[in-house]
Amino acid sequence: MSVTETYAPSADTGGPGQPLLIVRDLQKHFPVSGGLLGRTQAKVQAVDRVSFSVKKGETLGIVGESGCGKSTTAKLLIGLTEKDRGEIIFDGHALGERLSLKDLRRGVQMVFQDSYATLNPRLTILDSVAFGAQVQGLADPKCLARKMMDRVGLDPNRFAHRYPHELSGGQRQRVNIARALAMSPRLVVLDEAVSALDKSVEAQVLNLLGDLRAEFGLTYIFISHDLNVVRFISDRILVMYLGEVVEVAPVDSIWAEQAHPYTRSLFSAMPSMDPDDRTKEPPLVGDPPNPINPPKGCRFHTRCRFAAEACKTKVPKLAGLSGNADHLVACHLHDAASGHPKAGQGVPA
Amino acid sequence: MALTDTTGGQAVEPAPIEKPQGYWSGVGARLVRDPLTMICAGVVLALILAAVFAPLLGLADPYKGSMIARLKPLGTEGHILGTDEQGRDMLARLIYGGRLTLFIGLMPVVLAFFIGSALGITAGYVGGLTNTIIMRTVDVFFAFPSVLLAIAISGALGAGIVNSLVSLTIVFIPPITRVAEAVTSGVRALDYIDAARATGANAWTVIRVHVIGNVLSPIFVYATSLTSVCMILAAGLSFLGIGVRPPEPEWGLMLNTLRSAIYVNPWLSALPGVMIFITSLCLNLLSDGLRSAMNVRD
Repeated sequence: MSVTETYAPSADTGGPGQPLLIVRDLQKHFPVSGGLLGRTQAKVQAVDRVSFSVKKGETLGIVGESGCGKSTTAKLLIGLTEKDRGEIIFDGHALGERLSLKDLRRGVQMVFQDSYATLNPRLTILDSVAFGAQVQGLADPKCLARKMMDRVGLDPNRFAHRYPHELSGGQRQRVNIARALAMSPRLVVLDEAVSALDKSVEAQVLNLLGDLRAEFGLTYIFISHDLNVVRFISDRILVMYLGEVVEVAPVDSIWAEQAHPYTRSLFSAMPSMDPDDRTKEPPLVGDPPNPINPPKGCRFHTRCRFAAEACKTKVPKLAGLSGNADHLVACHLHDAASGHPKAGQGVPA
Repeated sequence: MALTDTTGGQAVEPAPIEKPQGYWSGVGARLVRDPLTMICAGVVLALILAAVFAPLLGLADPYKGSMIARLKPLGTEGHILGTDEQGRDMLARLIYGGRLTLFIGLMPVVLAFFIGSALGITAGYVGGLTNTIIMRTVDVFFAFPSVLLAIAISGALGAGIVNSLVSLTIVFIPPITRVAEAVTSGVRALDYIDAARATGANAWTVIRVHVIGNVLSPIFVYATSLTSVCMILAAGLSFLGIGVRPPEPEWGLMLNTLRSAIYVNPWLSALPGVMIFITSLCLNLLSDGLRSAMNVRD
C-alpha cells in the first residue's frame, strides 16, 4: 500500500495559522504591439494591484464579469503566465526565492474550463492522468492514476484506455479533476471548472469537489461567474472588476451586505427564484471600459451611480468595514477620509 | 476467466475491461477501406521492391550495350520493352533505374522531414526571438523558385548523387519547416499544453508527449505530397546533367539521352517519363489517402 502514502499532501511548513497562499500586489499588463516596427503601442492592464490571501482548508470564490482578469489571475498563480510584478507566497515560501516554479506546480494544480481542450486528444485517459505524477517522479504513476480515476467516479477498467472524444463533458471534467489531484496538490485552482456542464452534472461535480476537499484536506480557489455556485462551495468571496479587487468578504457577510456598488449590481443581476422578490436595483449600463485605458481613480466610477469628483482622481484602497474587519472593500463611500461627499456613510440603499 | 472472454455475448461483468484501440490501428482500418489508396500503395510498393530486388529478377545486364541492337521497338524478342540508344535492355534499365530515382526522389524528403520538423516545432513551441530567427532565415529560401534553387545549389556543388541529395534536401527544408511551425504554434495555444506545463514538466517533455503526436501527422502528410515533386526535380537535375551521371540508369537521365530518338521510336523515349508520371501520381494519391485516413476528428 505504498500508493496511499503518495496521496498525503506535502509537508505543512507554516503551521495551521500560516495562510496557504498570499498574493501581494500582483500585476500583469499584456503589451499590444502594432505599427510598422511592431513596437508596443499600449498595454492591456489585465491584472493590477491584486492582493489576497487564502487560509488553509478554505475555499475562496473569485467572481466578476467576463474580462475582469479572473482567469489571468489563475494563470499567474500557477506560473502559466509570467507576472510583471508582485509576490506569490505559498505556505510561507515566496515563489522564486525558496520555492521553485516546479515545486509550486506540485503544490498548486489547476482545473480548466474547457474539459475537451485541456485533454490531449492523442493520449488515453490513463496517460493523461498519469502524466503529472510521472513528471514529478511519483511512485507508480499508472497505479496512482487508476486510483484517482476510481476516486472521482470513473471506473478505471472502463475508461483508462479511452480517448477524450469518447467521453461526455462531465466525465471529461472528472478526468481533469483526477489529473489535478494525482499530483497530490494542496491548492487547486478551479477556473470555471463547472461552468460548461449542465446543471445536474454540475451539481454532481460540485459535490465531488466538496468530498475531495474534505478527504484530501484541499484548499480551493474557485473561479466562476455563477454567484449561486460560488456561494454553495466558497467560504469567502473575492469580487474583481477590470483587473482589480473591489471586495473580499465571507460568504454570509457579502450575502447580507454588498459593500461595493459594483458587487451590489452584480448580485442584483442574479435572477430571483421568487416572483414577488424581483430585482429593484437598476441594472448596470454598458460594457466594462477598455482595460487598455482603464478609468483613472476608481475604475468603476464610469458606471457607478454614486460617483463623485473624488472617485475620478483617487484610487480607493481595500480596507475593512467599520463594523466587520473581515469584510474588505475598495470604495470611497466607506472611507471617511476619501473626500467623497457621502464618505463614510456606506452605499446608499 | 470471464474477463478474457472476448466473444462479448453476454454482459455479465459490470465493468468489462475495454480493449484499447490504438490510433494507428484506426488509421490502418480506414486505409484498407480506401481502394484507390490501396492500389497506389501497391504500385509504389511494387516499384520499390522491384528496384531493391532487381538482381534477383533475372533481368538483362542494364550496362551491356550492343551496337547492332540499338533502339529496338517495344515487344522485340528478348527485349520486351525494346533497347535504348546504346542497345541496352530498357526493362532492365527502367527497373535498375528505379533504385537511384526512388532513392534521390525520397531520401531528400525524408531528411528534410526530420530537419524541417525539428526546426519548425522548435520555432513554433519556443516562439519569440527563436521563432523570428528560424522563420526569417527560412523565408530567405522562399525567395527562389524551388527548381532554380535546386539547380543553383547542385551547380555550385557539382554533379553527383550526394550533391543532388544535399541540394534537394535544402530545397525541401523551408516548406516543411513552415508547415511544422504553423501546426505547432496552433497546438501550442491549446489548453492541454497549458495543463501539461502546469504539472511542472519541462519544455522537452511537453514537446515529446503532447506536441509531437499532434503535429507530426499533418507534417508527414505534407511531406509525402512533396515526394512526387522531389522525384520530378531529381529527374530534372539528371536531365540537365547536374545529377546522376551516365552510364548509371536513372529515369531523368534516360529521358534526356532518349530525347534524340523521339522521332525514331517515340514510345521508347516516353517510357522513363511514364515511370516518373506513374510514380509521382501514385505518391500524390497515396498522400491524399493518408491525409483522410489520419483525420480522427470528423
